[in-house]
Amino acid sequence: MAEFEALLEIADDHLILGHRISEWCGHAPMLEEDLALPNMGLDLIGTARTLYDHAGKLEGKGRSEDDLAYLRDEREYRNCLLVERPNEDFAHTMLRQFYFAAFMRPYWLAALDSTDETVRGVAGKAEKEMAYHIRHAGEWVIRMGDGTDESAARMRDAVEALHIYVDELFDSSDAAQEAEAAGVLPLRDALRTTWDRTVAEVFAEALLAQPEAAYAQRGGRQGIHNETLGHLLAEMQVVHRAHPGARW
Amino acid sequence: MTVCWQGSAEAAWEAAAAVPDPEVPCVTVAELGILRWVRVDNGVAVAGVTPTYSGCPAVLAIELAVEAALRDAGFEARIERLLSPPWTTDWISEDGREKLREYGIAPPEKSSGSIRSLFGEVTVPCPKCASTDTEKLSEFGSTACKAHYRCRACAEPFDYFKCI
Repeated sequence: MAEFEALLEIADDHLILGHRISEWCGHAPMLEEDLALPNMGLDLIGTARTLYDHAGKLEGKGRSEDDLAYLRDEREYRNCLLVERPNEDFAHTMLRQFYFAAFMRPYWLAALDSTDETVRGVAGKAEKEMAYHIRHAGEWVIRMGDGTDESAARMRDAVEALHIYVDELFDSSDAAQEAEAAGVLPLRDALRTTWDRTVAEVFAEALLAQPEAAYAQRGGRQGIHNETLGHLLAEMQVVHRAHPGARW
Repeated sequence: MTVCWQGSAEAAWEAAAAVPDPEVPCVTVAELGILRWVRVDNGVAVAGVTPTYSGCPAVLAIELAVEAALRDAGFEARIERLLSPPWTTDWISEDGREKLREYGIAPPEKSSGSIRSLFGEVTVPCPKCASTDTEKLSEFGSTACKAHYRCRACAEPFDYFKCI
């Protein structure tokens, strides 16, 4: 069951962040971004679907990707807190995306050696997509950080707001540790150096300083979430729950 | 018992291979390299299809279209979705690349393995006038697999099939 639970954590990260950035659709500050953000959301949700499908089969209780996405409540969601943070402004959104992609790219690269064939398959696609996300979001972090007084102030606010959620990315739950020991998933802790270097390079160009985290906010992997996740799930799940079994 | 005589497998391949891509209809799913293989087991044609991007919304439409084409050709049909090895733009055939260019979409640079093309540090010639004086307008174009460019020579905007 450890592999099921560990896969669910990653699938939840991707679904929740994918849904979050889809909220920009029709609201982005320019047409190019209105295309880019839902496209990145599609990458994330596509990855989530494959992981849910695989996790459901491993669990063996007949739960489909839809059951896992739409019929679990807040406390059953295992995503890290970073991905559920609200969009706030464009600086928060792009920094969150950059932090996540900077973690997931080396994660999927390491997962190319997984003992699980589906994980290897997902990793092969996702590492390339994450390279795009790093570049796209990273360019925005630089443009805003080294931009106008207003954009730089907003990016500094985003750094201030989000840095307490970074450490949780590198935590492995009990289930994840089991899956890591079995060679199914990569060691999260080992990715810190790569993440630090990616962020340091972009921050140097963006004229941003990386603050020392006074403390780290954790809890997502235990199902302890910020109240914002409940609102997201309500919107995401309402149609499925209001019309159970509906097809079109 | 497996019945698999040459004629039927070829007929099944031809039927499936002729299906146009729903988002880039100038090329077929075979030319894009999305259709990996078709085999016939006991009269059931099984087609191996691989998605381009994780979240490509056209995957289901492609699978349904391939299945329908096989049925029209007289086969019972089934689709197998293949994740591994991951699709790469290197699988687009030479014919496919030429058709993309004629259609106004700049084909992907070979080869996807190079970090330069992955990070977009490539020159993309204009599919209309062949000038290399082009600029990227947006990393993400009308579909997940394309970026948006503009030609400075002929002033035409165009799509570039991203290299992955």
